[in-house]
Amino acid sequence: MDIAFSNEDLKFQSEIRDFIKTNYPQELRDSINSKRKLGKELSREDLTAWHKILGKHNGWSAPSWPKQYGGAEFTPTQKYIFEQECAKAECQYIMPFGINMVGPVIYTFGNEEQKAQHLPGILSGEVFWCQGYSEPGSGSDLASLKTSAVKEGDYYIVNGQKTWTTMAQYADWIFCLVRTNPEAEKPQQGISFLLIDMKTPGVTIRPIKLMDGSHEVNETWFDNVKVPVENLIGQENMGWTYAKFLLAHERSGIAGVARSKKAIERIKQIASSEMSYGEPLIQDPAFKAKIAAAELELSALEYTELRTLAKDSAGKGPGPESSLLKIKGTDIQQAVTELAMEAVGYYANPHLGTTLSNEYVGPDYATNLSGTYFNFRKASIYGGSNEIQRNIIAKMVLGL
Amino acid sequence: MNFDYTEEQTLLDNMVTSFVRDNYDWDTRCNIVKSEEGWKAENWKQFAELGLLGVPFDEAYGGLGGKSTDLMIVMEQFGKGLVVEPYLPTVILAGGLISKLGTEEQKNSIIPEIISGNIRCAFAYAEPQSRFDLNDVKTSAVLNGDDYVLNGFKSVVFGAGMASHLIISARTDGDQRSESGITLFIVDTKSEGLTLQNYPTIDEYRASEVIIENLKVSKDNVLGKVNMAYDAIEEIVDISTIAACSEAVGILQVLKDSTTEYCKNRKQFGQSIAKNQVIQHRLVDMMIEYEQAKSILYMAVTADLSSSDERKKVVSAAKARIGKAIKFVGESAIQLHGGMGVVDEYMVSHYFKRATMIGVLFGNTDYHMKRYMTLTQSGISSSDEAISVSVT
Repeated sequence: MDIAFSNEDLKFQSEIRDFIKTNYPQELRDSINSKRKLGKELSREDLTAWHKILGKHNGWSAPSWPKQYGGAEFTPTQKYIFEQECAKAECQYIMPFGINMVGPVIYTFGNEEQKAQHLPGILSGEVFWCQGYSEPGSGSDLASLKTSAVKEGDYYIVNGQKTWTTMAQYADWIFCLVRTNPEAEKPQQGISFLLIDMKTPGVTIRPIKLMDGSHEVNETWFDNVKVPVENLIGQENMGWTYAKFLLAHERSGIAGVARSKKAIERIKQIASSEMSYGEPLIQDPAFKAKIAAAELELSALEYTELRTLAKDSAGKGPGPESSLLKIKGTDIQQAVTELAMEAVGYYANPHLGTTLSNEYVGPDYATNLSGTYFNFRKASIYGGSNEIQRNIIAKMVLGL
Repeated sequence: MNFDYTEEQTLLDNMVTSFVRDNYDWDTRCNIVKSEEGWKAENWKQFAELGLLGVPFDEAYGGLGGKSTDLMIVMEQFGKGLVVEPYLPTVILAGGLISKLGTEEQKNSIIPEIISGNIRCAFAYAEPQSRFDLNDVKTSAVLNGDDYVLNGFKSVVFGAGMASHLIISARTDGDQRSESGITLFIVDTKSEGLTLQNYPTIDEYRASEVIIENLKVSKDNVLGKVNMAYDAIEEIVDISTIAACSEAVGILQVLKDSTTEYCKNRKQFGQSIAKNQVIQHRLVDMMIEYEQAKSILYMAVTADLSSSDERKKVVSAAKARIGKAIKFVGESAIQLHGGMGVVDEYMVSHYFKRATMIGVLFGNTDYHMKRYMTLTQSGISSSDEAISVSVT
């Protein structure tokens, strides 16, 4: 057992650190910070600028992708270091839909034309992807999805509705699970994986406002949308297999250990400024105990993630154990967003950035912390709710 | 980065695993804990033959020069078998103090005796009023000519009844709670002035109350420097805490696995109770707690324990977090076993009891939580860390 960084790892670490220092644009930092404080939506440019910079540098936008597809093919240790450094420097995170989700599906199950058409745009950040999985009637029971795709000549005619489509407002493409065989014995057997250009006639989106007022997710409708058969990934009716593969990838990313660490550091700073009973809040035994509990959980999770990474390096992709990372990672994210809100006392109240008020009030560090808390209730629901993750572990790991 | 054992560590792991499998089946263990002695000399002899008693000691004294990972391997497997022989008190706790503080002469005379299995030792540090505070020492030692005269009382000394030697902490200077002024003494358990009141513990180990009345100890049997023992005590208790955590992780694995098996096999309402989602999710949460406990143990074991700040921080983090896991996994194991969980006859309650008592050993969850907080947060409010408040 040895978790010490090798000299090469340390060199890699300082390389990443230097790269971020030199290349992360100050304008981007300022733009994102000022919008965050006022609870305003980030633009497509805000979301993709850092991705585009990394995409031009040895495939760093895609740490896990194989080199042959232009990725960085980092070792597990390098991936860990990379995430740590990006989180420490508070870099904008890379949208997962292209890089972590559809990308690996395309290079694993797609044909040569599909790889050539889509991978470069995902890597560079020029093409923005979104995910068409959930439907109004199909949340945790994803396999019950109804959006239909009927083959007519060289096209699939797609009809139906997707929902919770994150950032569809910026997306160029959507990857969708569609039902190609409604007669299949099991619902999982009649599903296919389709790539759909968002500009195709018949695709419309409508924003869904979340409880913090943010616009992240959308409803997406498909009304007789003609999708070329070349856009089918792998085999027809095999989409469920690809979807499961993708879900495992999705989960491994959402532990968010490095970012939660950074968040705890921020909370400690805030709690050093906030006063309670005439003393810094950080000295309050009850508050202190909650921070410590979050730190311990995070320390343990960090090593759970390292253990998973070390196992991955033995050549296996992320397995059902990644459900554990999802459950614990989101537990901690929620605990941390709650602590941050709690730390600022009354200044949890102001809701800035609405049409009613565009001015800052209160301490700089306090703005929108309650918004983030409310927003993050989503974390234990998306990507397969934490209850569904427990079902997965029960079945796949414990064999129940 | 890797979490694999080296070849030697794999051999050690296999060796201890087969010892437990071959010598510690349930009936055998029941007989050992019911016996007058509360341990089995034959097993101790085997530990010696297998080299287990020498794991942490320097090669210069005949040891194997093992590190914290090696001790983790031994203790984790002992945990799985609920091995009651006094390995932790003798080899890790007392042995650790002797290695750390002993003179060449002391080390040469005692360590090879421990390694060969000829003697066992125990460390008497806790007192009725001290709770987990290692600095709270009332037992006094007063120099009188060439001898110290000790008076006082030590509580719940694990393994004392099986030991030929005790290491006793006593106050030679300072106030009752002062870190300086604590001195260690090595004494023969048969010494005049020493009375042991032996008893079994709730988890079937053995401990003793030690009454010290005008116990004479020669100056030659002071261990380490007079008045200066505190740092070493804290360090060796920290190392022993990691060992206790390792034992706990072994126990938690058994609790998790055996409860999962039990739920698969137990049928109610015409089906295995593991078909119920409410049971499944509890089992999953037990697994998650076990994995988190194991992870934080790995954090402690792989940390730089030579730095005392780092050591204290990771040890308290591990003990506090594992303490939480012990409670959840242990109580869940009993609950899911239903009536079978609460009886003495079935194994699960014994694992639960041992895990729970490890929760107390060397400081419980709250105690280590507080220590962790003191180590990680007290300095944070200094002005350079605080964000300036700007109100517009």
